Amino acid sequence: MPAESSVLSANTPAKFKPAGVFAFARPGGWGAVALVIALLTVIPVAVIFSAWLTPEADILGHLTEFVLPELLANTFWLLLGVGIGVTVLGVSLAWLTAMCEFPGRKFFSWALLLPLAVPAYVLAFVMIGLLDYTGPLQTWLREAFGPMQLPQIRSRGGVIFVMSLALYPYVYLIARNAFLTQGRAALEAAQSLGLNRWQGFRRVALPMARPWIAAGLMLALMETLADFGTVAIFNYDTFTTAIYKAWFSLFSLSAASQLSSILILFVLILALAEQRTRSHMKYGGVGRAASHDRIHLSRRQALLATSYAGLVFAIAFLIPLVQLLLWTSEVAATDLDSRYWEFVRNSLWLSGLGAAIVCVLALLLGYAGRQKPGQFMQLVQRVATIGYAFPGTVLAVGVFIPVAWLDNVIIDLLKSQGWQGTEVLKGTLLVMLLAYAVRFLAVGFGPVDSGLQRVTRNIDEAARVMGTSTLSLLSRVHLPMLRTSLFTAAALAFVDIMKEMPITLMTRPFGWDTLAVRVFEMTAEGEWERAALPSVAIILAGLIPIIFLAGRGENTHA
Amino acid sequence: MRNMMTKLAGGLIAVLALNAVSAEEVVVYSARNEQLIKPLFDAYTKETGVKVKFVTDKEGPLLARLKAEGANTPADMLMTVDAGNLWQASEEGLLRQVKSAALGANVPAHLRDPDNEWFGLSIRARTLIYNKDKVKPADLSTYEDLANPKWKNRLCLRTSKKVYNQSLVAMMIHEHGEGKTEDIVQGWVNNLAAPPFPDDTKAMEAVAAGQCDVTLVNTYYYGRLMEKKPNLPLGIFWPNQNAKAKDAGVHVNISGAGITRHAKNPAGAIKLMEWLSSEKAQNLYADSNMEYPVNPKVKPDAAVAAWGSFRQNLINVKQAGALQAQAVKLMDRVGYK
Repeated sequence: MPAESSVLSANTPAKFKPAGVFAFARPGGWGAVALVIALLTVIPVAVIFSAWLTPEADILGHLTEFVLPELLANTFWLLLGVGIGVTVLGVSLAWLTAMCEFPGRKFFSWALLLPLAVPAYVLAFVMIGLLDYTGPLQTWLREAFGPMQLPQIRSRGGVIFVMSLALYPYVYLIARNAFLTQGRAALEAAQSLGLNRWQGFRRVALPMARPWIAAGLMLALMETLADFGTVAIFNYDTFTTAIYKAWFSLFSLSAASQLSSILILFVLILALAEQRTRSHMKYGGVGRAASHDRIHLSRRQALLATSYAGLVFAIAFLIPLVQLLLWTSEVAATDLDSRYWEFVRNSLWLSGLGAAIVCVLALLLGYAGRQKPGQFMQLVQRVATIGYAFPGTVLAVGVFIPVAWLDNVIIDLLKSQGWQGTEVLKGTLLVMLLAYAVRFLAVGFGPVDSGLQRVTRNIDEAARVMGTSTLSLLSRVHLPMLRTSLFTAAALAFVDIMKEMPITLMTRPFGWDTLAVRVFEMTAEGEWERAALPSVAIILAGLIPIIFLAGRGENTHA
Repeated sequence: MRNMMTKLAGGLIAVLALNAVSAEEVVVYSARNEQLIKPLFDAYTKETGVKVKFVTDKEGPLLARLKAEGANTPADMLMTVDAGNLWQASEEGLLRQVKSAALGANVPAHLRDPDNEWFGLSIRARTLIYNKDKVKPADLSTYEDLANPKWKNRLCLRTSKKVYNQSLVAMMIHEHGEGKTEDIVQGWVNNLAAPPFPDDTKAMEAVAAGQCDVTLVNTYYYGRLMEKKPNLPLGIFWPNQNAKAKDAGVHVNISGAGITRHAKNPAGAIKLMEWLSSEKAQNLYADSNMEYPVNPKVKPDAAVAAWGSFRQNLINVKQAGALQAQAVKLMDRVGYK
């Protein structure tokens, strides 16, 4: 494909006018499509916000006085630390594997994605097991050198360390796509301006990759905010801790919902602000070098690169996997039975179907934004993808309440016809899959949207001049160009659904137990070693799309 | 594959006829996990032919679910692993009164709701675990004594976010009043040798490794750990046993169950609950997790009995629920994380 140099989706926003909303929502138009998708998220969000109708001044007062000041500080430092951590790890590793040549590059370029399949709480449990006072390392050090004061793994630094390692793949994956498609050309341009390699990276390639890096970073930060499992293992209290404290300990679901709604407003503002700073920039398409020469590192540099990538891979994936396998070998004899085939099958089906739905919705939403850009559309897109930042259990309830309500209405109607039963919609896969879509739309939307920014308007115009309809433009021109982005979206959603616990627990039909449900059953009573078996199964099943994805990344850069 | 597609189709659009609950079936929402309840339900089905359908989740979501479903809940029974959440379910009007002579006889009065809306089915005792190389049992006495400065930098605790600690503090508030309890818990916090742990097992491992000398755990965690690593230098101590000093006894909690207000098969559910409390089922129920049977006629598992007998606190466990919020706020105030 020839190089182009036109302006990409520059988001030249049409000014938002309230009266324009009706025109925006014109039936059959792209605005209506976006609104319908956003509605899926808006309903549970509205349920959660409606908790403000039940004042909980007493509980909120207590939390504000004794709990929140410290939690807000904790949350701030966690976001900052993880933000820096995933950006540094993700961008540096993406640059190295996409642009440089060093021993093991091919292996690392896909292997560095594997930590995506390891749930963060599993990594946390393994790391604390290894590095805490009672772990093998400190025990050995004490035996060898006598009593000593070592840094606490169960600390702010520890939780940032673990979450950065667990979440960097989001940035790595998306940034790597960007570097593969435009990095070389960017560097060449920089060199022609007399910049050296480092300057070229810092001043040209990095700013050009910003939308992609930001998309990955946003996913990592939303997951950090929503996380409860990992911080609970560290006993590191964040804003989410207060939400669950209000609900489970102080028995107030409405106070928990109120706190959740504050969290969501914060994320929404953050997301819109990030988008705002970006919308002033225009991204020039530079096409891609079909087969580019990689930067050849000096022997010393190459050695450093290999060690660095190897270290990250070992800590984030290999060591936890080995530990889990050791535990699994202890319990496999008693716990591994034929039912596991069913758990694996259920997990694969749900993740596959869920990922497909997420991809379709993400594509429609991204495409709507392309067809009808503007500030209102941006808001609609942000609201539609906010589910990822909710603490999972709160969102699960937010989904369940309206479904149960609708069920009650339908059942009352059916009862007058003499029907007896208790479930129509609830307890069906349909509800479960839609709930997954609400939760993980952001995961699909990130890659698809940044991919769409690369499809230039020139292509659209050229196609239109030739009389191509919107639909065939999508299927014949855009879809092939978006293949890698869609695949990234599908893989991320697949792995995330595989690991998802609260929505699965709350909405699964009777008998639809999955691997994640097994993890819950074991960890609920603190039996972490027994949870290793389903955790390993999740990792192995999660590898399928990741390996598939990695294989594609090298060949097609679209 | 075809089988799977049928299942999927069935799942995607619930087949209405199939979803109608048959009378020969009891539906359970359970926070007690699958590996602990399934063997029991299987045994019940084998004995009576009545099928038990169940779904597991945490207590919070299960309660929210029952509330949202209202009159159209499929659930007949709610099972939890603490008294507090059963109390809360009853407060929210999610449970119904049960009149059953069998349950009255099998479950001691302090381990069930005074209004008979829920019943304990196993006892979970929270006790002291100490390092045998560093502590003499004579040095230990009560939960309250752990606030004594002599334990400075020698105490390890699990997080206050776990309901077992919340229940313990709630019962202390009932016994001592809020002011005195606050002083005691403040004393605990001052004596901590390490930040609170995420679970009982980790706290015991820290005691065994010498990071601290004593901790507070539910006995079945101790049983599980010692089964795996019998050589750990850990001893078990029953606190608050001195009747002369008016000690109230070891703090106990329950795992238990209640019948839902809108149960479709309440009679079947009550029968199941009576069976669970019966001599036949109590060992299966308690022993699978090294807990204590509630039914006084049933002896605990031999390994559990080997830890010795103890006098339990006889205050009704509903106080654990009624005073839980107060306990949590108290722990927040003194900085117990």
